[in-house]
Amino acid sequence: MANVRMHVLVCGGTGCTSSRSLEIVDALRAEIKAQGLAEEVKVVIAGCFGFCEKGPIVKISPDNTFYVQVTPEDAKEIVAEHIVKGRKVSRLLYVDPKTTEHISDSKHMDFYKKQLRIALRNCGFLDPENIGEYIARDGYMALGKALFEMTPKEVVDEVKKSGLRGRGGGGFPTGLKWEIAASYKADQKYVICNADEGDPGAFMDRSVLEGDPHSIIEAMAICGYAIGASKGVVYIRAEYPLAVERLQKAIVAARETGLLGNNILGSDFSFDIDMYYGAGAFVCGEETALIRSLQSERGEPTSKPPFPAESGFWGKPSNVNNVETFANIPVIFLKGAEWFASIGTAKSKGTKVFALAGKVNNVGLVEVPMGTTLREVIFDIGGGIRNGKKFKAAQTGGPSGGCLTEKFLDTPIDYDNLIAAGSMMGSGGMIVLDEDDCMVNVAKFYLGFTVEESCGKCTPCRVGNKRMLEMLEKISEGKATEKDLGRLRELAGIIKDTSLCGLGQTAPNPVLSTLDNFYDEYLAHVRDKRCPAGKCKSLMQYVIDPAKCKGCTMCAKVCPAGAISGKVKEPHVINQDKCVKCGACFATCKFGAISKR
Amino acid sequence: MKGCAVMDKVKSLDDLRKMKAAMQNATELREKGQNIDKLIEVKVSMATCGIAAGARETMAAMMDEATKRGIKNIVFTQSGCMGYCHSEPTVTIVRPGEEPVTFGEVKGKRITEIFDSYILKGELVDGIIPLSSKSIHD
Amino acid sequence: MINLNIDGKYVKVPKGATILDAAKQLGIEIPTLCHLDLHDLGVVNKAASCRICVVEVKGRRNLAPACATPVTEGMEVHTNTMRVLNARKTVLELLLSDHPKDCLTCAKSGQCDLQDLAERFCLRENRYEGGAQSTYKKDVSPAIARDMDKCIMCRRCETMCNDVQTVGALSGVNRGFNAVVAPAFDMPLEESVCTFCGQCVAVCPTGALVERDYSWQVIEAIADPDKVVVVQTAPAVRAALGECFGMEPGTLVTGKMASALRQMGFNYVFDTDFAADLTIMEEGAELLDRITRFLSGDKSVRLPILTSCCPAWVKFFEHQYPDLLDVPSTAKSPQQMFGAIAKNYLAEKLGIPREKLVVVSVMPCLAKKYECARPEFAVNGNPDVDISITTRELAHLIKRANIDFMSLPEGDFDSPLGESTGAAVIFGTTGGVIEAATRTAVEWLTGKPLDDVNFTALRGLEGCREAKLKVGDLELHIGIAHELGNARKLLDSIRAGTVEPFHAIEIMACPGGCIGGGGQPYHHGEMEIIRKRAQAIYREDEGKTRRKSHENPDIIKLYEEYLGKPLGEKSHHLLHTHYFKRHKI
Repeated sequence: MANVRMHVLVCGGTGCTSSRSLEIVDALRAEIKAQGLAEEVKVVIAGCFGFCEKGPIVKISPDNTFYVQVTPEDAKEIVAEHIVKGRKVSRLLYVDPKTTEHISDSKHMDFYKKQLRIALRNCGFLDPENIGEYIARDGYMALGKALFEMTPKEVVDEVKKSGLRGRGGGGFPTGLKWEIAASYKADQKYVICNADEGDPGAFMDRSVLEGDPHSIIEAMAICGYAIGASKGVVYIRAEYPLAVERLQKAIVAARETGLLGNNILGSDFSFDIDMYYGAGAFVCGEETALIRSLQSERGEPTSKPPFPAESGFWGKPSNVNNVETFANIPVIFLKGAEWFASIGTAKSKGTKVFALAGKVNNVGLVEVPMGTTLREVIFDIGGGIRNGKKFKAAQTGGPSGGCLTEKFLDTPIDYDNLIAAGSMMGSGGMIVLDEDDCMVNVAKFYLGFTVEESCGKCTPCRVGNKRMLEMLEKISEGKATEKDLGRLRELAGIIKDTSLCGLGQTAPNPVLSTLDNFYDEYLAHVRDKRCPAGKCKSLMQYVIDPAKCKGCTMCAKVCPAGAISGKVKEPHVINQDKCVKCGACFATCKFGAISKR
Repeated sequence: MKGCAVMDKVKSLDDLRKMKAAMQNATELREKGQNIDKLIEVKVSMATCGIAAGARETMAAMMDEATKRGIKNIVFTQSGCMGYCHSEPTVTIVRPGEEPVTFGEVKGKRITEIFDSYILKGELVDGIIPLSSKSIHD
Repeated sequence: MINLNIDGKYVKVPKGATILDAAKQLGIEIPTLCHLDLHDLGVVNKAASCRICVVEVKGRRNLAPACATPVTEGMEVHTNTMRVLNARKTVLELLLSDHPKDCLTCAKSGQCDLQDLAERFCLRENRYEGGAQSTYKKDVSPAIARDMDKCIMCRRCETMCNDVQTVGALSGVNRGFNAVVAPAFDMPLEESVCTFCGQCVAVCPTGALVERDYSWQVIEAIADPDKVVVVQTAPAVRAALGECFGMEPGTLVTGKMASALRQMGFNYVFDTDFAADLTIMEEGAELLDRITRFLSGDKSVRLPILTSCCPAWVKFFEHQYPDLLDVPSTAKSPQQMFGAIAKNYLAEKLGIPREKLVVVSVMPCLAKKYECARPEFAVNGNPDVDISITTRELAHLIKRANIDFMSLPEGDFDSPLGESTGAAVIFGTTGGVIEAATRTAVEWLTGKPLDDVNFTALRGLEGCREAKLKVGDLELHIGIAHELGNARKLLDSIRAGTVEPFHAIEIMACPGGCIGGGGQPYHHGEMEIIRKRAQAIYREDEGKTRRKSHENPDIIKLYEEYLGKPLGEKSHHLLHTHYFKRHKI
């Protein structure tokens, strides 16, 4: 057998595959075969590299060349130039927007420089469908260590010592959660992996499952050993077909290899995992609702206590952690709790993955140590605001979170600082807003999401959030008064105070946070009937600048509502009562005399 | 060995360690790529003239030699035409933290020679080509 | 025991108690809406979904629902702070913002828990009125009318339907603001597995689920000069009707009820109890027949015999146990036996065609409305029982007829279908039918009069009960279940062979039997009311001179004059029925 001298890694995440990355794989393989290099060069479908903005990504090892925005048509050139002749295809290299230099190694890109990949350590590195590659990278060694060198209590203590907190939103200490579940005696316990990622824009859990499914299996087994559970359950949304497929294959491979099943690695510990598919209800990310859904009941939360640790799946003690939380577990055992705890801030240890989106140059999945500032994430890693616009706010925590304004740009990001700033970590969605974004509109977007996703069980969430949404609609239509703002705030407070589950309790956050940070903008809507960002259609006005208007009558001719009048060669005017804000005049004017106000 | 989807059962921690060892080279190239500046990088020039002069065979032979000698901190990459068509196959070796050194007509016995002295001990051998340019990718 | 402090008062309650329980002990009445505690029957609706009962717990970030929050040692609770009162008021405003304001014409007006709360909170305006609320199609079945615009998602009906009755006709559908309780695929209740037991109606706090009201049809029938209108009243009605007129629960109003019915203009005031005695003759004979054949080694005999008086139970087993259709007694229910006798024997006696006779039944039950509409209980489209109304509807009729119920004299039932024994009266409570059957069957078996007719082993409110009675050489093994969930448990254990074989089992769909029926005055979660109704029933039995069905002289006469003998050809034709296989979803 010839020596394999080169690996070509192609991103097989959902984002890149929808940009034809699998076609790239086929093209590369065909071309390599045509060149007679099939024995020397191996093409690997890897997990997500995170730099989705520039996908599809093709990375070549060992010279670590990072090609961006590759198309299947580029395969021929990559093979002929790089693989055969050793010449990098510079037009496919990343161009640093600041220096306009071509950068070949991802290590030198701003996007990756400040990242520290723990949860995503294997994403974009391993073939997720090959258990051997995972094992080659110390896979299942953490489980081995736990089983043969530690008691269950020591395993729990190690997680406690690491300071790992739940990455799904709440930030509850993971070790403590395991300890509570371990403390209950029962004939059967369950380890549940919450893979019901639902925050708009967040996809870190999907990426981990697609790119590194074995780390989740291994972590669940470690948890099972720690709390005394022999059964694992993954609740995964059916809208993640690729993640479902990869995890399923991984479970089968782990079973075939003897890393799931009876007497794992010859120990007394037996553990296996079943997969359950969710129908995509956001509320099923709430652990009690998730458990009801697992039991084929209507997905809606129940009152706590009892907590799942006491009475969960089928009434048995159950420990629920989310995917990203589990993804951190094996590393803690391989590198030690001290190492993990050395990363991050006083009360938030390790890293956090953010799904960076919105008006930022580098959209993608980024993993940074806790304590990294918002500025570093948005301006260094994210490459700043698109089109040179001004930063307005970053929305974190999804529909449960809030907006962080400029004054928080240098605040180190961790669980407690985000809450103090009126937002929350949530599952890690981070949406960057610029000066063109209307904050009333932003609040409306998130609240609209929760209204849609509320299960309808408790009154405050079912009716209250709907009423708040109606108030926001009134505001953006210019029909609200200042009194309504006070009422909105009061209702928001009561919904937080009285709702049954986390969904309802946090649903008003986007409203409260925008009210707190952008009250002037709300006031402009209700007092001046004006939308400063020009987003609220009903409040927007088209006006003609008489100084620029030449009286060409074009605008009056295209106006479908007959709202524009004026004599030829004299400045025209728009009758605002008749204007339907279609924008036809704006598009037609050749003299730039019409503007939005 | 190739990474295969279906494996033998691992029945003990020892089995797992063995499997890890067996699988190591499945991802070794990528691991090395991540730390390329800490390894001995052997760049084989693979332009048309180099390949015609047997660069591919040279690369394979050097990789075999490294395996035979159990040298782990080495990584083989390739480069384009360096303009030394008279001396092909040419090989540039970068020892961590040191200036690159290019060797000409690397084939046959010269391979063992280069391994014996430069790769293992850092001692230069005859046939070094003086560097006249720098690549933009270095 | 756990010590805690509520509104500055100390209280000690057992572990597992809720803040609501503890407050109750202190005389602090925290308002509730979705909460429903019928723990005597093993029913607690702890959805904690309405959030009306929220209280402040020191150290807790948000407000806690008192109904579902267990007490902890040293807990400090405040139930009436500004924060709490404002939250409750807001929650109520939100509920009302999504609720029709047609209280004046709502069937639940005056009995509505939501209305009571609005009154208690002195709501004079609603700060949170919203846009047009969603409208759902109204669903009217022969027994139950659903108006989901009035649903407040308390889920009590769902608890009754799914957890207690295990029928599974109702469950939450849709999400968020559009969430509502409905049958699967939004099918009409009539097409679903609903048994019309009416327990959903019995616990619904608003007008979302109410009975189909037929009281106007009664007024029309009475006013029609061409019709002879007769009425029959079920045993459980007399033990509860008084509640509608402010009388103590458990007050017997048999005489006043008869007077009221007569005053309203019914031509004859009869008693379903008469038909209950008749039922015992037929069902008792059937039991005896099956046991004798069984003892003589006839392998084709199906035991245990299951009672068939309860139409909700009948529909339940038609859906859920379609393979067991030959097990229950073939005897019709007392309502339908009465109807058959009235439309045949009585019409003949009065010399009128059956179409001229209108049979009205007053029942504690909603399923009876459905039962009398079943096609097999009609001849050429003319039903044996024309109109079935509930205890509640009767009370409304009496009020509408300007009758001062309290001052009415004690009246009597008319002859010949008005005479009854104590055995018939106890049909109204769980265990009563089987006790009545036992009284007759034992005497028939032994040929000797009973020393004591009180089979107390068969009484009580426990969900599943069993008793063994020595009858000569035979030990009769009798089972009793009320609530359909308990019936399912019992049937499943028989099927699994995990219980000793029974000879006879009585099953009633409603908690406590007919006294807890879906057509009775609303108990609003007060279990004591059902207990008192049961006591009243047994009191009426005690007061009767004749307490065994086969000693009812009018029954004896009916057999002599008309029917021949129990299980005879004529009674087979008039008094027995058959069952239908129905779909499971």
